[in-house]
Amino acid sequence: MKCCVCKEREATVHLTQIVGDKVQKLDLCEECARNKGINDPTGFALADLLLGMSGSPQEEGTAKAGELRCPQCGFTQAEFKKLGRFGCPECYQTFSEGLEELLKTMHKGTRHVGKVPAAYRGVEDMKKRLERLQQELARAVRDENFERAAVLRDEIKHLQARLAAPGER
Amino acid sequence: MDLREFLAPAADVARRTGPQDRIVLSSRVRLARNLKGFAFPGWAKKQDRIQVYEKVAAAVAEVPTLSGCFCESLDKLSALDKQLLVERHLISREHAARSGGSGVVLNRQETLCLMINEEDHLRMQSLRPGLQLRQAWAEIDALDTELEAHLPYAFSPELGYLTACPTNVGTGIRVSAMLHLPGLVLSEQINAIVQSVNKLGLAVRGLYGEGTEALGNVFQVSNQMTLGESEQTLLEKLDKVLRQIIEFEENARATLIEKNPKMVYNHIGRAYGILANAHIIASKEAMNMLSLMRLGVDLGMFPGVDRSLTDELFLLIQPAHLQLLHQEKLQAEERDIIRADLIRSRLRSVSRPGPPLPAGGSTE
Repeated sequence: MKCCVCKEREATVHLTQIVGDKVQKLDLCEECARNKGINDPTGFALADLLLGMSGSPQEEGTAKAGELRCPQCGFTQAEFKKLGRFGCPECYQTFSEGLEELLKTMHKGTRHVGKVPAAYRGVEDMKKRLERLQQELARAVRDENFERAAVLRDEIKHLQARLAAPGER
Repeated sequence: MDLREFLAPAADVARRTGPQDRIVLSSRVRLARNLKGFAFPGWAKKQDRIQVYEKVAAAVAEVPTLSGCFCESLDKLSALDKQLLVERHLISREHAARSGGSGVVLNRQETLCLMINEEDHLRMQSLRPGLQLRQAWAEIDALDTELEAHLPYAFSPELGYLTACPTNVGTGIRVSAMLHLPGLVLSEQINAIVQSVNKLGLAVRGLYGEGTEALGNVFQVSNQMTLGESEQTLLEKLDKVLRQIIEFEENARATLIEKNPKMVYNHIGRAYGILANAHIIASKEAMNMLSLMRLGVDLGMFPGVDRSLTDELFLLIQPAHLQLLHQEKLQAEERDIIRADLIRSRLRSVSRPGPPLPAGGSTE
């Protein structure tokens, strides 16, 4: 097994972190382990390690395509690697690739459950409604009820337009 | 507005009571929120930070819950003022290091405190004495709902409230309690407890939060994960764990008294001896000794002494609070002398500890 940081040397340090019912594994070579400051295998979190991880697949990808930069605030992928924080709310969109993997190491899930601001509550309802309408449309088409399908199609279009401008009150 | 006049006297703070306050010093719920279209404070230019500060301050002024509150930019507060807020656990040490473009908001009852432009644009917290997580959540939830009508929050239906650090994204909530656990420390069970709490995905920290020592046997337990679980679920989970820790602490105390009473009396007696007789004492030693004396009060070894005595001293002996009692700027060595003087004078009317009350009688 190759080290998951340098991907060159054989991995000899194997770390497993269990938080609740989630298991995270990391395989490192001795040198990378030392560089990451792993001498006490109980005293660190895998998330910290992954945050500062160099040479991950995402980084290689973006390095080739030129440095990814947030159009809103100018924050770069390299800065995120260094600071472990984003530049602005838009960065979540800009750096969405690979974000889910990172969030998985930090959290219970990767989708928000909990409070939703009133301005967005409509959006949630609209999304559910959209889903339902799309199912209904599929059924109408299957049943060759084209009159009904046309009505549904218009309603879906209308909803999608409203959803394209989230947060507007 | 003068912060020092606004803050309640330490004696009043120490007299605030709540359920389970024998072990749970305080409960806290913090929410992280950011404004749409603005860079996070750590990346924003000063002008943008000032603009965010002004937007939030304007919203604060609109919200009925916060009427009559203290609201100030950090450049208007002295280093001493900021340190006072840290010692009262109202703002973080990181926030105290900030200046213009950041701010603090505090309500009269000192139950609500907002940090503007800390790591996030807005970090609002609700604080309560004792174990009151649900009440703290209800209060901060209501304030958050009031504020969102005035502030366009950065929110994504998939990822929830967007925060500077992805470790806070989602609910942006941190639920925590400050626990006094001398029994678990004396019986050397604390490490095992900390480890098992960690395994549940919860963090255990020291007196002043992240990266600080557990001075005076005070530990902070809080959630770490904020995405994929609702506020309610988290709250229930933490509440359950806290109640278990309380039980462990009570059991540890009972077992110590039953199996090794001399060791316990020795620790408490020596702590009293040092506090009542020292002429120079550093804050770290004073806090650790006061913690043992607090345990003695809990065990009934100081008849007629209320817990508020040790709790008030715990606050008063901190550097900024000590400085407050004196005009001239104190050096560390002078503080150690004044701290010892203050403790001795407060303990003058406290007699030496006897055996715990339930045991009855005197062996002296």
